[in-house]
Amino acid sequence: MTMSFSLQLAGGAVVLALLSALVSFFTAGARRFMAMPLFALAGLVALVAGAGALIAGGVATAELPLGLPWLPWQVRLDALSGFFLCVVGVVSFAVGLYAPGYLRGFEHGNDSLRALGGFTGLFLAGMLLVILADDAFMFMVAWELMSLSSYFLVVWHHDHAANRRAAFLYLLMAHVGGLSILLGYGVLASFGGGFTFEAMRGAELSFTWASVAFVLAFVGFGMKAGLVPLHVWLPEAHPVAPSHISALMSGVMLKVAVYGFIRFVFDLVGDVHWQWGVAVLIIGSVSALMGVLYALMQHDLKRLLAYHSVENIGIIFIGLGLALLFLAEGHTVIGTVAFVAALYHTINHALFKGLLFLGAGAILHSANERDLEKMGGLLRRMPWTGLFFLIGCISISALPPFNGFVSEWLTFQAALQAWQLDSGVLRSIVPIVAAVLALTGALAAACFVKVYGVAFLGQARSRAVRRARPVPLSMRVGQGILALLCLLLGVLPTAFIDLFNTVPQQLLGHGLRQATAHGWLWLTPISAQTASYGAPLVAISLFAVLVLGLWLFGRGIRRVRLCDAWDCGFAPPGSSMQYTASAFAQPIRRVFGLLFHMDDGVEPQEDGRLRHRLQVGDRSWDLFYTPVARTVERASRQVVRLQSGNIRIYLGWTLGTLLVLLWLMV
Amino acid sequence: MNPVGWLLALVQALLYIALAPLLAGWVRKVKARLQNRRGASLWQPYQDLYKLFAKEARMAHTASILFRAAPYIVFVATWLAAAAVPLLTSDLATAAIADVIVIAGLLALARFFLALAGMDVGTAFGGMGASREMFVSALAEPAMLMAVFTLAMTAHSTNLSAVVDYQLAGANLLRPSYVFALAGLLLVAIAETGRIPVDNPTTHLELTMIHEAMILEYSGRHLALMEWAAQLKLLLYGVLIANVFFPWGIARDVGAGALGLALVVLLGKLMLLGVVLAVSETVLAKMRLFRAPAFLNLALLLALLGLLSYVILEVGA
Repeated sequence: MTMSFSLQLAGGAVVLALLSALVSFFTAGARRFMAMPLFALAGLVALVAGAGALIAGGVATAELPLGLPWLPWQVRLDALSGFFLCVVGVVSFAVGLYAPGYLRGFEHGNDSLRALGGFTGLFLAGMLLVILADDAFMFMVAWELMSLSSYFLVVWHHDHAANRRAAFLYLLMAHVGGLSILLGYGVLASFGGGFTFEAMRGAELSFTWASVAFVLAFVGFGMKAGLVPLHVWLPEAHPVAPSHISALMSGVMLKVAVYGFIRFVFDLVGDVHWQWGVAVLIIGSVSALMGVLYALMQHDLKRLLAYHSVENIGIIFIGLGLALLFLAEGHTVIGTVAFVAALYHTINHALFKGLLFLGAGAILHSANERDLEKMGGLLRRMPWTGLFFLIGCISISALPPFNGFVSEWLTFQAALQAWQLDSGVLRSIVPIVAAVLALTGALAAACFVKVYGVAFLGQARSRAVRRARPVPLSMRVGQGILALLCLLLGVLPTAFIDLFNTVPQQLLGHGLRQATAHGWLWLTPISAQTASYGAPLVAISLFAVLVLGLWLFGRGIRRVRLCDAWDCGFAPPGSSMQYTASAFAQPIRRVFGLLFHMDDGVEPQEDGRLRHRLQVGDRSWDLFYTPVARTVERASRQVVRLQSGNIRIYLGWTLGTLLVLLWLMV
Repeated sequence: MNPVGWLLALVQALLYIALAPLLAGWVRKVKARLQNRRGASLWQPYQDLYKLFAKEARMAHTASILFRAAPYIVFVATWLAAAAVPLLTSDLATAAIADVIVIAGLLALARFFLALAGMDVGTAFGGMGASREMFVSALAEPAMLMAVFTLAMTAHSTNLSAVVDYQLAGANLLRPSYVFALAGLLLVAIAETGRIPVDNPTTHLELTMIHEAMILEYSGRHLALMEWAAQLKLLLYGVLIANVFFPWGIARDVGAGALGLALVVLLGKLMLLGVVLAVSETVLAKMRLFRAPAFLNLALLLALLGLLSYVILEVGA
């Protein structure tokens, strides 16, 4: 498959996504149900186009007869775009399969399915166009298409004021971020002399201006990706959207922001500096740690998953930060390892977070419940969803032999080469980041034991959950595909790294050939002496010994006698005596108490019973947003002084401004 | 790699499961003697396992399929982790499959299922045990990784065989980074294997249990596998400390003599470690749960100091 054919396919995917939007907007009745199959097809075509681009490994460009007269839209497909087309495509495909069953639950609601399907199609088209764009103008248009259509998706359940507020917060932050990105492109465009990416690549930037552009891009893309402290829209907006949209937003849209960052910093600016690496490392580590700690404190399942997106984006940025650091210091091989680790985590997070959100949607669909404290025993009610959700939990907790472990392993391998750096300060930052990463991984495992143990194990804590029904086949298939891919990426990392290898090859001029040089069984990112991981062998031996053990000891599968729980001989436990999600996280809440804004107490109710009240708030509101808001307000009060109401003074200001501008320009 | 190497790896893996109850029995015996008791025979853990395997397994009505699968997964994951730690020879074929990060990952996988199994029946004690286990391990795991990273960075390899080889090739074992890492790893080992002062393997007081609370509902062969996995984990940490920090005596070639000597030396080192563990368990009292973070933070701090003193003081020196 040649590159230009891949590009045409990618264009076809965009057309299909738009078509799905049109079908949903403008048709009625049975034909409207074509929208979701079209959406899935668009995802599949994007996946094929992306994979084709990764295999072919060239570059294809084209010009669209759209846009400004002097700047027709440029599109370009290279390995990096191809990789992200795969990320977007695979999750969209699974979501497209899942959605018809899920949407059936909304048919009798007040909200318009027409708008939901339509904006979903536009959302996908926007994301695909961002990835294909080759000039800043088209990029920004596509970016806004993505932001605005996702705003309408978030606000879809608009009956609740809280949802409208969350959506507005999202819209606001998306636009502040968009502005920052626009300014970043402005810097590059003014030095490169044009809005095409080709011109920007040629820009000669001094360190100061390059850093200005970097900071603008980091803020802008970081806001969309959800880096701390710019993450606050994420736990508000993701939970209120319908679950398949949450899967798209968390699994895919955040990745588009990662794409933007990589494109901007590694491709357009190109010449990286170690200071940027340190900044990215610090912000990434803080995001990873704060994300997982806040996730542990949540008992709304979708909110919890949203905070985990903050964590995983943090891990991706730790990888990118290491890549920047090592590349800037001239250690290309290790920089490439870190870069590939970040890419690998990007697709991993898309897969398992998509899977987990689809699982949360399945619970919502059959039990109408988002609150962990009311769930329990769902594994018996929904065995397939339970199995897939378990795979998602193991993957996101970075446990072998699933995919999350591979990317974390690669990140650690890159970090362990810190001794090669020349500066002692840099050498000591990297181990601290590695410690944060290790702590994050361990806390994530704790969090997902909590989620799975409370939601799927034990006994049901509410009537609706006790009566939950398995979800329709289409929803199970959607989850199953993602679960299977989680396993495949975990067991066959060499095959996938071989596939992704064209990305660093094109972007950094250096591939990762040595990683797979010892055959498909061995992943050796730096050299066989330094580290190797035989993922297929680990998986096979786990499986083989398990089967052997079951055969040896499990002969009497029937020999297990059922009885009441022992529980140290106390009365048979009721469902309300189980450990709750809040109780599970209590030790961690206590130890990390300083990081939370906690409202914890016992209050008597009218009927004389006591009620425990616990609210855990995000400290970034009082540490970051309140001071920023106060500063803005204070500044605007100063500006008010200009507004005397006297027209002559206004005219004077106008004249003064004009004179200053003339003086500056001429 | 040669078939002999793989065969040897298999033998070592089998030796792990054979030796694990012995170490547990030894620690119990020494503890009993320190308390002026005669104590049970060294072979008592084997007899306990035999008895449990012969007994009928019972399961609560509320338990799911995960409850039955978990003992197997926990045992197998722990065993695979152990199989990648050099026991008798430093030339271990399986060490290339699973480096030290994978070992930590496999132990975390075992712990994940152990904690889930604790929550499965839906009893208060099971949930409590799971919560505390994940809490303790969340703080212990980074410390463990930092300690082994110190070694890995010094030896420029995360492969434990290579680390041991590097040590044997004349690395200076009295450098600050090693001392810190060893101290950190000792504390982590105590916490991770559920020993006093973090947890008490012989407790009968429900409210102080961590590990025992999670396996409270198990019986018969399921309980046997869980107990065996715990003993394996103790042995794994023992061997990790004995062979990686004090590698002398480990066989470097595959001859019967060298291997026999290695086995004798290893048993000696493990006996010594067992005595240290028994003494520390006798003189220390179990801490309150919320004192454990201070203990584990100390471990993390020590391990991180080890890593930092390597990258700051020792690189290039």
